[in-house]
Formats: sequence, structure tokens, C-alpha cells
Amino acid sequence: MKRAFDKEHIIGVIGLLMLAYGCWKALFVVPAMNHFGEVGRIFFMHVPTAWNALLILTGSFILAIGALFNRKPSWDAALTGSVEVGVLYTALLVVQGSIWARPTFGIWWTWDPRLITAAILLIAFAGVLSARSFANNQGQRLRWTAVATIVAYIDVPIVYFIVKWLPRGIHQPHSFPSTVSTDYHLALRFNAIAMLLLGIWMTFRRARWILQQNAATAMSAAPGAALDAEGRTMVAGVEE
Amino acid sequence: MAATCPALEATNLARGYGDRWAVSGINLRLATGRSLLLAGPNGSGKTTLLRLLATTLQPNEGRLQVLGKNPTDDAMAARRPIALLTHRTQLYNELTALENLEVSARLLGLKPDKQRSTALLERVGLSGRGQHRARTFSAGMRKRLAFARILLQDPQIVLLDEPYGQLDPSGFGFVDKLVEELRRQGKTLVLSTHLLDRAAPTLDSGLILKGGRMAWVGPARDLPAAYAHETHP
Amino acid sequence: MSLLAQSRAVFLKDLLLAARGGSRLSGVLFFATMTLLLFSFATEPDPESMRRHAAGYLWLALLLSSLLSLGESFRAEVEDEALEGLRLLPVDPRALFYGKALSNTLFLVGLSLVLLPLSLGLFGAEVKSSPGLLLAFLLLGTAGLAAPGSLYAAMTSRARGQDLLLPLLLFPLVVPVLIASVKGTGLCFSADPMDQRGALLQVLTVFDLIYWSVCGLLFGKVIEE
Repeated sequence: MKRAFDKEHIIGVIGLLMLAYGCWKALFVVPAMNHFGEVGRIFFMHVPTAWNALLILTGSFILAIGALFNRKPSWDAALTGSVEVGVLYTALLVVQGSIWARPTFGIWWTWDPRLITAAILLIAFAGVLSARSFANNQGQRLRWTAVATIVAYIDVPIVYFIVKWLPRGIHQPHSFPSTVSTDYHLALRFNAIAMLLLGIWMTFRRARWILQQNAATAMSAAPGAALDAEGRTMVAGVEE
Repeated sequence: MAATCPALEATNLARGYGDRWAVSGINLRLATGRSLLLAGPNGSGKTTLLRLLATTLQPNEGRLQVLGKNPTDDAMAARRPIALLTHRTQLYNELTALENLEVSARLLGLKPDKQRSTALLERVGLSGRGQHRARTFSAGMRKRLAFARILLQDPQIVLLDEPYGQLDPSGFGFVDKLVEELRRQGKTLVLSTHLLDRAAPTLDSGLILKGGRMAWVGPARDLPAAYAHETHP
Repeated sequence: MSLLAQSRAVFLKDLLLAARGGSRLSGVLFFATMTLLLFSFATEPDPESMRRHAAGYLWLALLLSSLLSLGESFRAEVEDEALEGLRLLPVDPRALFYGKALSNTLFLVGLSLVLLPLSLGLFGAEVKSSPGLLLAFLLLGTAGLAAPGSLYAAMTSRARGQDLLLPLLLFPLVVPVLIASVKGTGLCFSADPMDQRGALLQVLTVFDLIYWSVCGLLFGKVIEE
């Protein structure tokens, strides 16, 4: 049997092409930034990763609220897929941050609002996925994932605020754009959109996979009403 | 309108656990003041169905109406007239019998009333045990205490899941009397049991479940014969 | 019956249950004390650094003990399916949450009041602010642990691996509470040169307001079956 072509692959391919173009610009066209040197080029991945991690987890938050009310398995699958991608991006974010901080500041880790927030984000949402695996049935799995996603998401700005407010940060202040070249913008924006498309693509793939898993392990459609010997619907009880 | 609404109305009700349907395709209409005898082998879905009717379990499919109200619209309003007795007695082990009753009373919005509670304990055969903790009770005594709580709630719809279970012979007589009394008071009653000959004569209609499916419906008095036929064809 | 009256009924029931579980109560207390002692063994016996970290040790002991007390408070609910009994009654799930969260807060405040003199003695710290301010930090901080704690303890109470799940979900969430409480309590043990205590109290208040309302709304969803 020929497998059907899933349309989300188009999004994935476009994302990959854009990422390739953006990275080519970032690595070979844009001049090295004077005070960070070559390692500064990691920004072209780091900044889009940060944007998209937050964007995708915001999407998860919205999906979670929706799933809690409509209880649709497809929403549960999309929610879980997006949290998984969010966790992946956040993990990338933390790793990239460390890779950049080591040569630049001579440290892997420090007390910095964005660093701490990213780390907490990573642990909190990894916890959501882990809780999911402990649920007893599909309905519970949906409710747990949605509730934990909502609760964890609300925590993010509070963590950011409190860590930022307590002094001692090393993080760069928002460093764009205006003073830099067109190529710089182009590379950054291409990568940002590429990461978003790839995120959407992976979310779709995961959601599809989760739905397939559900279908494999879960119930077939509920059998309809029981019929009596004459083929009429059986109704228990007394009406009068 | 409310007068014509059945006390319980289920349409194609279904509920699954994991990868199997515990009950499915349940159609049921029970008028106010009528009673239903629920029978079926172990694991046939009797408890699941009763918990669905009690609205503590959400159906995966189908619709339930309690006195014309949809539990998904207003869970609290639909729940108020229902009481459910299960094999888990839902007691606080570290509280005394009286305290367990008082907790329910307060949550029902009733004023704590020790005299009423003591009278209820007497009625279920637990006189003199009011100050004892639930932990010290035997299974049968716990069941009696659970009955007292139902009487305290005084609901319009009473769902009894194996009310005879764990009781001694005097307890059997107690349940018989109670069922009779609830019927006289015009309560709507659903009772599941394996003691078919005991329960059948006093109830209106019957339903046999097999593997979560409705296998037989008819008058309760015909149920014991039908049950023998259904389970050993 | 109003939400308030229902919450009160649940709260009173939990108080009664807590009072009855005397041995469990003292068990949690013993655990918390032991944790404090262990902190003093696990760090260098330098009086100055111990004094500086007293607030941190106090709050870590509270956080770890809260896992036990939260678990205990829901064990009574699932032991004989009492929680299902409550759900059978026409009780607003929010009332169940607020009653629970309040009793858990009260328990943790009580625990913190026992641990406070202990940690002052063990680590050589002293209270330099007004007692009211310190009490405010203890109250708002423990309330911040109790709200998400009660939500997640209810969620995991009947789950496989509940001992693992509760800290997994709760710990990352209460980081802001921990930071603000440790810092604030620490500033009560020393001078407050930058005048940060007021702002820290505000952070805690905002966190509490958000989580006491959000968790109340979500509670019905996690105990549903």
C-alpha cells in the first residue's frame, strides 16, 4: 500500500531550506561582530531559538486551555507535541547559552534572569511530559497534561521577574537591530521563521504519532446500543 | 416539565478504561419513584454504570440526564439529588462514626445535629458506636455507617452497589427493610446485587449486563430466570 | 451553600483529621528537624556562612517537609475513597481546594514556627526585623507552597509513582516562592540596606494571588474521573 503524503512535510522542507539559507548568511556573509568575534555568530541560532521556544510554549498554553474544555484527543496530541518541541528548543537554548558564555565570560553558568528562567522552563515542562506518562487513562492523561502546562506556563514570567529583579546579571541587553546590516537582519529573520516552521512541522509529526499510538492501544469506536431479538434498541427501566 | 422528566435518562452511555469499554451502548429511562435491579457477572460493568449514573464518572460517549438536568451543564445541581453506596465506603478512618456523619452534614449545608446523627446510627444498627473511630469498624459496620450517611442526605435517587455485600444475616433484613422504606417514600432506586431472588420481588424492572453490554431488559420478577438463561445458555 | 461556607466545612474537616493523625504530625516535625540538622552537618562549620545561609536551610527544610505533609493530607482522602464521597456531594470543587490549601498552609506555618527558633539556634542567626514582617514572609511563602502543592498532591494522590511525581511537578514551580522567601527571610535575619523586603513581599503576594485563583479553577479538572 502506498503511504499517503502528509502535508506538513512541505512546511518542514521549507523550514530546512530557510534554515540553510539563514545559516549560510550568518556564517559566511555577515561580518564577525567586533566585540564577540566568531563565537558571536551563535546568536543567529540562539536568538531565534529563544523566540521560538517561548512562542511554541505559548501555543502549548493556548492548546492546553482548549483541550481542557473540548477534551478532544487531537488537541491532546497537538498539545503534547508542542510541549515536546518546546522542551527541545529550551534545551537547545540552554546548551547554546552555555557554549556562548564559556569563551565569552569564562563561565558555563551564572545567576542571570534569562538563564535561570530557561532552566526552570526546561525542568518544569519536562516534568509535564513525565507526569503524562504516569496517567492511568486517556482522559486523565489529557487533563493532567493540560493542567500542568497551564500551571507551568504562568510560572515563567514570575521566575523571570524575580530573578531579574535580584541584581547581578551578565546577559546582553536586547542587542538589535537598527545599527546592524541588512544581511544581519536577513540571517536572523530567516532563521527565526525557519525554526518556527520546523517547530510546527515537528509538532505535527509528534501529534500524528501520538494519535497513531492512541489508536493502536486505545479503544475502537464504542459499540452502539444493544438491540433485542426484533432489532429494536433495548431500553432499561420503567417510563411511567 | 420537570414532572414528566425521568429521574434518570441515559442515552447511548459509554465509558472506557485504557483500551477497553467498561460499559457501552447503555439506554435507560427510569421514571421518578421507580426502581431498577441491575444484575450481571463480576466485571460486567455494574459498578461503572452506577458511578456513571451518580455522575462521579464522566462518560466518554452518550448523554445522561438527572431529573431533566445535564450534569455537564451544572454538575452540582445534577448531583444534589443522588446518593451512591459502593463497596468502598468513603469514610475517614481516623474520624469517629458521628464525626463522619457531621462532615457530610456540614457539606450538605445541614446544621450539625448530634441527636439526629445518633438516631441515624441507631437506625442502621450502630447504637453505642458513635464515638468509635471508623478504623475500628468491621466491613459490615462500615457499610451500615455508609447507609446512615445516605439516610442523612435523604436523596431522591438512591444508587446501591451490592448493598448486601459484607453484611451479616441481620444486615440482610436491614437492607430489605430499608429498600422497602425507600420505595414507600417514592425514591428512585437502582440496586445491583447477586442475590437476585432476594431483590427481584420488591423492584420494578430489571437489567442484565454482560461484558459491559445490555444483555436483557424486562420486569424485575422475570430477571432471575432470565439471568440463569443468559449466563448458562 | 456558599463557596465560603463549603470551604470552611472542608477546612474544619481537615483540621480535625490533622489533629487525629498525631503520630503523623510528629513524624513530619521530626523529619523537618532532622533535615535542618543535616544541613548543619553537610556544610562547613563556619559560623559566619552558617548564619548567612540560615534562611535558605529553613526554607529547604520546609519545602522538603511540605512534600510529606501534602502527601499525608491526601492519603486520608484516597484510603477509603473519601474524596469520591466528597465528589458525590453537591460540593464545589473549588471549596475542596480552598479548604485543603488553607489547612495545608496552616500546617506549614505551624511547622515553620517550630523550625524558626531551631534554625536560629543551630545557625546562630537572630531576628533583626519586626516579628510581624518575618511572620508575613513565613505566611506568604508557605501559602505559595501550599496552593500548587495541594493541586498536584490531589492530582498524584491516586497515581502510580506519586512520590516521584509530586516533587517533579512542584519543585520547578515554586522556585520564585523559594527565592523570594529565602531572600526575604534572610533580610529579616540581617540588615536590609537596599530596602528590598517590601518588594519581595509584593512578589510573594502576586504569586499567591495568581496560584490561589488558578489552582482553585483547575482543581475540579484534576480530581475528575
